Amino acid sequence: MSLTTAHSVVAPSANSKRIAGAIIIAYALISIVPLLWIFATSFKTPPDSIAYPPKIVFQPSIEGYCNLFTTRTRQTPEYINSLGPATGICDETSRKRNMVIAGPSNFLPRFVNSLIIAFGSTFCAVFLGTLSAYGFSRFKVPLADDLLFFILSTRFMPPIAVAIPIYLMYRELGLSDTALGMILLYTAVNVSLAVWLLKGFIDEIPREYEEAAMIDGYTRLQAFWRTVLPQATTGIAATAIFCLIFAWNEYAFAALLTSGTAQTAPPFIPTIIGEGGQDWPAVAAGTTIFLVPILVFTILLRKQLLRGITFGAVRK
Amino acid sequence: MAEIRVQHLRKAFGDFVAVQDSNFVVEDGEFFVMLGPSGCGKTTTLRMIAGLELPTGGQILLGGDDVTMLRARERDIAFVFQLFALYPHMNVRKNIGFPLLAQGMPSAEIRTRVEETAKLLRIDHLLDKSVSGLAGGDRQRVALGRAIVRRPKCFLMDEPLGTLDTEFRDLMVHELRELHNRIRATTVYVTHDQMEAMSMADKIAVMNHGVIEQFGTPREIYDRPATMYVAEFIGSPPMNFLKFGGGLAKGASEILVQGAKVAVPEVREDIAPADMALGIRPEHIRFDDASKLRGSIYGTEYLGTTQIVAVETADGIIKARVPAEIRLNAGDHVGLALNSARLSLFDKGSGRAVKTAIHDTASERRAQHG
Repeated sequence: MSLTTAHSVVAPSANSKRIAGAIIIAYALISIVPLLWIFATSFKTPPDSIAYPPKIVFQPSIEGYCNLFTTRTRQTPEYINSLGPATGICDETSRKRNMVIAGPSNFLPRFVNSLIIAFGSTFCAVFLGTLSAYGFSRFKVPLADDLLFFILSTRFMPPIAVAIPIYLMYRELGLSDTALGMILLYTAVNVSLAVWLLKGFIDEIPREYEEAAMIDGYTRLQAFWRTVLPQATTGIAATAIFCLIFAWNEYAFAALLTSGTAQTAPPFIPTIIGEGGQDWPAVAAGTTIFLVPILVFTILLRKQLLRGITFGAVRK
Repeated sequence: MAEIRVQHLRKAFGDFVAVQDSNFVVEDGEFFVMLGPSGCGKTTTLRMIAGLELPTGGQILLGGDDVTMLRARERDIAFVFQLFALYPHMNVRKNIGFPLLAQGMPSAEIRTRVEETAKLLRIDHLLDKSVSGLAGGDRQRVALGRAIVRRPKCFLMDEPLGTLDTEFRDLMVHELRELHNRIRATTVYVTHDQMEAMSMADKIAVMNHGVIEQFGTPREIYDRPATMYVAEFIGSPPMNFLKFGGGLAKGASEILVQGAKVAVPEVREDIAPADMALGIRPEHIRFDDASKLRGSIYGTEYLGTTQIVAVETADGIIKARVPAEIRLNAGDHVGLALNSARLSLFDKGSGRAVKTAIHDTASERRAQHG
């Protein structure tokens, strides 16, 4: 038997590869259908969006996006006819439904709130997490194991279990409905994940790198900055994505603690439904736009994420 | 460059004593090797000299200054790690220039210094390569470059050849010694490999269980081992031991081993009756049928220029290194003649060597040199 046709005990056979491929594709399809559905709905007209049987092929419209970014008032056809020519495509579509654009909606500021709060808390959690993980990894911290367990224990219960105390606390401290309050809250939730994930990554970086740098004339902080941090980027990126996904998608606390100026997109999007009928295309448009930042961030860091989540499975 | 003086150095990790009352002086420009099995405290000693570990007791003087408690970066030393610790996110040039950057040296000067160093190590063609693509020997040269570029007071090396292939290793042993001959930097080198130690060192300290068993030149350590541990650790195959009993009187020059009289170097101290051991290097054994010390051939190991012959005696296997031409068959009865001038005597209980004539020739020789 020649070596090339010999049965390999390591490489999967062609058949098992095909089966694995089919399962993965099926799972990917199931996962992606809801997203495609939302994406399609965002380009439907309101009647198309609730048509039964659902329309797979339809005339695309940007009405959903128009409705998402604007508030409109109903007017009589006479009044609308008395107005001058429509100022834009959104103006035109609303006039067809006997509506006039009254002004911008709250979506944009809520979306900006989401960006500030999610990225802000991610930065804080990763920053604190990296420093704590480095400390736990490199120094003899008294009761290190107990402290690490304590840090992890903050995730033993669903965060929402402490919603009422936090609500009362935030009201007293004046942190309700502030971006700072939300950043602090999400940081607190994420920092335990960050410490644990990053400790694993930093443990894997040999101390010799910092020791070499310190012997070569650098302080510990400089050594950390110049030798540990560049090598921990994979772990930091993976941790950042996990933290960001949590902070970006978080709904319960946001709904409870923010209502106005600091409201994030997740509690805002459902409120669109209430404004002048069930405007599914606008909700779908909001959701689609909401998905973009996390999608971009994940795609940018996908290499690190992949290495991050398979971390430890294979030694480099 | 500077001399390193270690006085009563001690390091304990909780109950475990890693280094015990270590004393030695590495003279300016000397190549000093700490040799011992893993866990003997040699790396801990090195790390204390570097400032990566603080001693529990004792003093370290570098060029006359007490640096015992100084931070690593304040000691002006260079360290070559076993795994080289080359920064994977920097290329060769940046790796070598990294210590100079810490001093705030202008970049033009860094450039010249790095290029000089690279030329010295013959890696100037690799300067803009990434370190992760380098072969073992070249990685080693980059690590050395990072150490010598700063012209520090001394070099500390922790098993720097441990991860290299054998062929590279021999080459690097040669290169390291050559480099040392050129720049004459005080060097402390830690290894568990006796060949590295013997071929490079000016002075060797053999360590075991945190204690320096012997400190001396490679020749002293090989020819006049201070303890049975050293005698066994150095040499391949190691020194043979034949037990004998009874005390020794000052001036004695003959002992009784397995019923045979064996001439030994003249004893210089009185030893109370105890279990003793006669130490014989394999190359100091000849086959001589007239000898009363007898055994039978157990096996041979042909090495080309010589052969190692295992001889079964009443006191276990003895290994002799004899010319390769001699034809021997397993089971042959042979007599063993020993080179009397080169034998060592040990007290089996303490493992300490008995003072004999081989030791005074040593001091005479040293007096002549001095």
